Amino acid sequence: MSSVEVEQLEFRYGERVALRDVSFAVSAGEVFGLLGPNGGGKSTLFRVLSTLLPIQKGNARVAGHDVANDPDAVRRSIGVTFQSPSLDGKLTVLENLRHQGHLYGLSGAKLKQRCAEVMDQLGVADRAKDFTEKLSGGLKRRVEIAKCLLHAPEVLLLDEPSSGLDPGARHSLWEILLGLRNESNVTILVTTHLMEEADRCDRLGVLDAGELIASGTPNELRCMVGGDSLLIQTENPETLKAKLQEQFQAEVIQLGDSLRIERENGHELLAQIATQCEGEFRSLTLGKPTLEDVFIKLTGRDLSAGEDA
Amino acid sequence: MTASNPVSEETTSRSPLWLATWTLAVREVVRFLRQRSRLIGAIGQPVVFWILFGAGLQGSFAMPGSEGADALSFQEYFLPGVAVLIVLFTSIFSSISIIQDRNEGFMQGVLVAPVPRSAIVLGKVLGGTALALLQAFLFLAAAPLLHFINLAPEMNLNLSADCIIAAVMFLFWISLGLTALGYLFAWKIDSVQGYHGVMSVVLLPMWLLSGAFFPGSESRWMSLLMSLNPLTYGVAGLRRTLVVDQQILSGYPSMMACVFVTVGFAVACLSIDIWITRRDPAVAS
Repeated sequence: MSSVEVEQLEFRYGERVALRDVSFAVSAGEVFGLLGPNGGGKSTLFRVLSTLLPIQKGNARVAGHDVANDPDAVRRSIGVTFQSPSLDGKLTVLENLRHQGHLYGLSGAKLKQRCAEVMDQLGVADRAKDFTEKLSGGLKRRVEIAKCLLHAPEVLLLDEPSSGLDPGARHSLWEILLGLRNESNVTILVTTHLMEEADRCDRLGVLDAGELIASGTPNELRCMVGGDSLLIQTENPETLKAKLQEQFQAEVIQLGDSLRIERENGHELLAQIATQCEGEFRSLTLGKPTLEDVFIKLTGRDLSAGEDA
Repeated sequence: MTASNPVSEETTSRSPLWLATWTLAVREVVRFLRQRSRLIGAIGQPVVFWILFGAGLQGSFAMPGSEGADALSFQEYFLPGVAVLIVLFTSIFSSISIIQDRNEGFMQGVLVAPVPRSAIVLGKVLGGTALALLQAFLFLAAAPLLHFINLAPEMNLNLSADCIIAAVMFLFWISLGLTALGYLFAWKIDSVQGYHGVMSVVLLPMWLLSGAFFPGSESRWMSLLMSLNPLTYGVAGLRRTLVVDQQILSGYPSMMACVFVTVGFAVACLSIDIWITRRDPAVAS
């Protein structure tokens, strides 16, 4: 059974199209990552699924409930964290949780028990009496997730959960998320623009300029890029690009000062370039394709390029 | 935690209105008590105004209809006005907190919860009302005591139980009305700076033209504006409950009119708040 189903969803802010004909499905217990540059439509899709923006065209069902017709049932089955923190810094961890519980109709002994449970799950029980404004970024994010687990939702929607976290905190956050999925079979829909996070998802959808341009497991996506990936850093990208195209009939993608080539048996090309273009490059790297390469192949752009938008 | 859903099975599709309202209102009060600077801002400035204006304008103030030994001192006249100013400042602070909640993401967290939209309005407005009422009441109770340290003249106030209850009721409806009015502006304005504009152009003039600071004037247009200002009736009603000698208030709206306009204004603002909150499709953007 699909936990999240999106069919031909379209959303416009006035003239600007933010989502164009987006369709995908996420099975129960799956970790599904939405990958794309900022401004690609991830947040809009998120707001639509979490009932904050109306459905203009298309369909969306979350946990079996229609988002347009039964928003309250959807709200009850989802736990959401947004990019901007929703904790009240003037309240303690426990007070924030209690407040959240009340909003979901929990009270009394049941609420107390659930607060203790989620604080244990997220490892913040020893900070229960601390004001959330005094917590580190990583701990805040954990409290945020504890908060959205309180009513035992079937689906978690996490918008860039690790933004602003250092690599250590990011790593432990993902351990927790994957643990949750394994223990309670909760479905997790997460947006990210970090490749290392995308690699941890079961399946990915690549969202660019409002369109879902590819989806599949990280490995399936990597297979879209054939063979090896060659990365060349150079001071004169234009000249070298022309030369490579002419001499090796290579398909070269240029991104700033770096050139990328996809090729079966990349090591042969590597050796040729190393000897024939000596002195024209700063570095020459050969690797298996990454999700970054996939993204570049699909869009012709670097994933971080859209960040200023 | 198990795969089954022990929590949501027992509950209905929507959280009860009162629980959500209660928790949002309590949050307002707790936050306020934890931010000392807000307390000083909301109550300190009006008290300073009261003492300084009272001392400065004492000689030049004459309440129409009261002369000689029984004359109403400016500080007596100004007392209900300052109570309403405290209410106004508190309501402004709670409105600003709506803008902050929305910008910080707290409001998004509430909006994705299965709470009736009216609970969001009621929680915010009732929380703000409770704070305004509490502060204004404390001021009214404490102000006459300033006489003993020579910061205020002796006051001739009506302190029977009936009058205190009536005064508190009036303060409640004034607080509710002003807080609901503040919500209305805050919901439509996305920056704190923008709200300051509304404050200077709409809210403070509304207070100035309510008879809180000066009792009307000869000017035709000003009298007209004052009689159209709903806050005039709140201030007048509060004044009626506090002043012993009702004779000097003969030019004021009747008690009936005061009650009717004050309650009506609060109910109207609150209804509009609920209406705009319900129909706002992109409240989080």
